Amino acid sequence: MNAVFILWLRQLKRYFRSRSRMIGGLGQPILFLLALGFGLGPTFARAGHGDYVQFLAPGVVTMGILSMAVFSGVEIIWDRQFGFLKETLVAPAPRLEIVLGRTLGSATIALIQGSIVFLVCLVVGFRPVDPLLLPLALLFMVLIAIMCAALGAVIGTVLQDMQGFQLIMSFITMPLFFFSSALFPVPDLPQALWIAVRLNPLTYGVDGLRGALSGAFAFSVATDFEVLGGLTVILLALGAHLFAKIEV
Amino acid sequence: MDPSSPVSQRLAGMPNIIKVENLKKSFGDFEAVKGVSFAVEQGSAFGFLGPNGAGKSTTIKMLTTVLAPSEGRVLIAGHDSVKETLEARRAFGIVFQDPSLDDELTAAENMELHGVLYSVPRAQRRERVEALLRFVGLWERRDDYVKRFSGGIKRRLEIARALQHRPRLLFLDEPTVGLDPQTRNQIWGLIGELCRNEGLTVFFSTHYMEEAERVADWIAVIDHGRIVAQGTAAALRQQTGGGTLEDAFLALTGRSIREAEAEPADRMRAMRQAWGGGR
Repeated sequence: MNAVFILWLRQLKRYFRSRSRMIGGLGQPILFLLALGFGLGPTFARAGHGDYVQFLAPGVVTMGILSMAVFSGVEIIWDRQFGFLKETLVAPAPRLEIVLGRTLGSATIALIQGSIVFLVCLVVGFRPVDPLLLPLALLFMVLIAIMCAALGAVIGTVLQDMQGFQLIMSFITMPLFFFSSALFPVPDLPQALWIAVRLNPLTYGVDGLRGALSGAFAFSVATDFEVLGGLTVILLALGAHLFAKIEV
Repeated sequence: MDPSSPVSQRLAGMPNIIKVENLKKSFGDFEAVKGVSFAVEQGSAFGFLGPNGAGKSTTIKMLTTVLAPSEGRVLIAGHDSVKETLEARRAFGIVFQDPSLDDELTAAENMELHGVLYSVPRAQRRERVEALLRFVGLWERRDDYVKRFSGGIKRRLEIARALQHRPRLLFLDEPTVGLDPQTRNQIWGLIGELCRNEGLTVFFSTHYMEEAERVADWIAVIDHGRIVAQGTAAALRQQTGGGTLEDAFLALTGRSIREAEAEPADRMRAMRQAWGGGR
């Protein structure tokens, strides 16, 4: 398991040494929080749904985690370009440990990023409904981070170069976010959208986090856990399988 | 191997550390390697030559377990490269053609990472890292970021890294490409020292014929996916009617220029340059 630790540590070192990466990952969620939170707030309140920032905060925290985790997971492509990937490919360590180390590293970075977004939410007026539920919120943040990082790792092993990166943003990261109930409540959606939201694994992450922070789950805690946990295991296994197949 | 050659006599009785049997690799309809067989004796310096697109890189990738053969097999220190991959990997160190260091880590951190990936015990690791970094002249610069290093310094660091887990076999894929003569000389000096003092087997490829002639005990030339000749440098020169090893190489592989297709990594490098090198 030492391979897991050293690759985890590597990701963290790279993160803390790159300010631009840290700050760059914060821009988008904070923009959503400020622009949508305050822009749509009055309309949301008039529709009888209450305080929009209160509703939106778990969504933008999820977004902070999602974008950083996927971006960092996809770094496998950079390693391919800069050559470091080969050092791990010929290493006598099981592929699962290598993928696990990378994924946990990316997840940790994403968690730090999500926590910063959470603090910003507190600054602009968000209040968790029950402090006793905060550990549960943290647990959901961890699960979201690991799932998204594993997803990033899978994408990173499949893509050959950065040409596909825009594709990932347009067709994976953004749809996952927009169809996750991060921005709008689930109950009264048109049917097509409702199905998309129900099929989106991130929905259950947002729901778990929102439930822990605001007290209202659209699904149940158990459902949220099962979907996130199950998918994470599948993605990790798939990642290890694909990583073993990488040929340079 | 020719039993009358001086190398065979010096290495008589040494086991083969690499054994390649009827190795083939196809990519779709294209057969890049068409049944290659050879052996590398422990403690020797084996030069692997061939023009671009001859199947050299593909063969090296199969020898180093990063590419699965379509047919045939590779034994590294007695371990099958496909069935006992992890054991085979533990037996060799490698310096790739392109740098494979993490630029955003220091020299010492790159060494540390390798040591952990190869399960070198912690106490041994510290000792070994210091000895190797001193050996390649980088101990004073151990805490510098790799991105500050020149190509030659990176190469030296990669050699030190590749030896950390005490492999008996070192692969060097065009280790001196793009380096100035002084640095090339220094690198081969280091490698020669390792061969003499530690009994290391070196398997290397190069386009510099004078390097092959100076360093290799045994040379194999690959072209169009087949081994077209092998022997000592002297034997190859003789076989093709005298002249230099370069003449012999050209006589064996022809004078036409080969077009090799750019790999994704090359394309990405080009793109990165076009984007101004930022990320």
